[in-house]
Amino acid sequence: MLDSVKGFSTTFRHLFHKPVTQQYPEYKRPVYPRFRGRHQLHRHDNGLEKCVGCSLCAAACPSDCIRVVPAENTPDNRVSAGERHARIYEINMARCIFCGYCELACPFDAITLGNDFELSEISREALVYTKGMLLEKPALRTPSQAIDPYDVPAQDEEHVLGMYDIVTATNPEGAES
Amino acid sequence: MAATEETKVWPQQDILQPVPSELWPDSDNPDLLEINLGPNHPSTHGVLRVVTTLDGEVVVGVKCEVGYVHTGIEKNIEQKTYWKAIPYVPRMDYLSFFSGETAFCMATEKALELEVPRRAEWLRVIFQELARIHSHLVFLGTGSVDLGGIALLFYCFRARDEVLDLFEMACGARMHPRYCQVGGVAEDLPKGFDRRCREMITFMRDQIEQYYELIGANPIWLARTKGVGVLSPDFAIRMGMTGPNLRASGVPYDLRSANGGYGGYRDLDFQPIVEQGGDVHARFRIRIEEMRQSLDLIEKALDGLPEGPVMTDDRKIALPPRHELHTSMESLIHHFKLVTEGFEVPAGEVYAPIESARGEFGFHLISDGSARPWRVRLHGPAFVLLQSFAKLCEGVYLADLIAILASIDPVLGDVDR
Ligand code: SF4
Ligand code: SF4
Repeated sequence: MLDSVKGFSTTFRHLFHKPVTQQYPEYKRPVYPRFRGRHQLHRHDNGLEKCVGCSLCAAACPSDCIRVVPAENTPDNRVSAGERHARIYEINMARCIFCGYCELACPFDAITLGNDFELSEISREALVYTKGMLLEKPALRTPSQAIDPYDVPAQDEEHVLGMYDIVTATNPEGAES
Repeated sequence: MAATEETKVWPQQDILQPVPSELWPDSDNPDLLEINLGPNHPSTHGVLRVVTTLDGEVVVGVKCEVGYVHTGIEKNIEQKTYWKAIPYVPRMDYLSFFSGETAFCMATEKALELEVPRRAEWLRVIFQELARIHSHLVFLGTGSVDLGGIALLFYCFRARDEVLDLFEMACGARMHPRYCQVGGVAEDLPKGFDRRCREMITFMRDQIEQYYELIGANPIWLARTKGVGVLSPDFAIRMGMTGPNLRASGVPYDLRSANGGYGGYRDLDFQPIVEQGGDVHARFRIRIEEMRQSLDLIEKALDGLPEGPVMTDDRKIALPPRHELHTSMESLIHHFKLVTEGFEVPAGEVYAPIESARGEFGFHLISDGSARPWRVRLHGPAFVLLQSFAKLCEGVYLADLIAILASIDPVLGDVDR
């Protein structure tokens, strides 16, 4: 008898705790800087695309959801900084597993995974993101925690130059908003 | 405890008869009722169909149908290079996801005879234990719902979120982190991790006290769980059970300490937790105790975390450091080659088991010397656990069947893979 009262007292105590519920669509919990969400393609400061259409991201993708069709840059149609550019660049978000291998593979930091995770659509076709969509900044941005405590590695420089010391570049806009 | 001592305590049966994994009713009584539990029954923890034959309310026949979430992951991995296969693996046992990654990477490292930096091994310990806590929390929450207590579900899932936050902070994803890589781990911990992790430990210790208060001495809970679904040590060993279910029957077998342990556990002083009784109650208790032990292990690992690199410096395996891609042509070529072709693994056969949240989780890799595994076979604990389910349910009430199923904690992603 006493024991069940004890059990109920735990439940009762919780009545007076502060709720931990977050009012999700209105309140967006900031994600951590390393979070892997919607992809983004980047441009150089002068407006040229960073992607040179080398297809390395497509080769690295475990779920084969990236399609890259390269084309040559010509003097009157200069799209990227290299010799070639991606004429078609598509990511099928319905297949993507957000492993982040594409950003690890890309040697030119052209593609990174950003903060957004609200990607639901009502048709499969709408989930195939084209180059134009990926180059745009997503309209609704999910905020991110500050980079300094949550992304800078815990050890000094000499140790951390590992294979993936990329992440600070991952969300270049990280701390904003 | 060494493996030899266990065999002394629990002598093997002289003649091992195969134990059927199905239970058939032994009469053709026309009043027997056959019902389907599942595949979409909330208490099946996934998509498991249990064809149950009832005599009144007593279970006389049980047949498990598995395969509803078969995704061919083993076959898929054989089409991928070793590096590209890593994100697939945690999707098998999706509750202790980090164990899957670690097992696969450890099997590959064993085949490559590769040394892993010590810091990486300790980081793997931290995250394996976090994944174990995550898995046990889900077990406890959903298991108590099956027994009619909904409050625990909310408390457990709240605590689970704290654990997932740590994964998000360090690995980039809340589940399926692909943090473990062949030769080490992907990145070093962020600065704030240590503090947040210790906060989580304090919080969890308090929570675990509450779980005990809720179920530990609750007479309704005890009546539902004590003496139900008793698994004798001999039977558990004969069925090849591992993990907390085996230890709840009093067998002190844990791969983290058996044969000297593996990875970072070799350096940590570790004693497996054992419960006596082997009933549903013991299986619930041992998981709560294991969470407590995991918290201690994480704390120990955080205190003694060695300094050093987190990735092997073998350039044949690890991608070159990021900053070199812009400066060194050689690194760039290496990077291209590793991403497109992967690294080659010498021909041979390895088996590397680890202790996941439900028991022995091991990968059997056969390599033909190319960059893709020739055959991958997973020894998953949940499939083995499910085999003994029919025997456990012999002659119990239907409500107890649900309790037994909850207490052996199968994950259907691991059973079917
Ligand atoms: S995150 Fe992974 S699955 Fe998604 S596009 Fe990149 S490589 Fe492919
Ligand atoms: S995103 Fe990077 S890896 Fe992919 S095609 Fe462009 S440059 Fe190559």
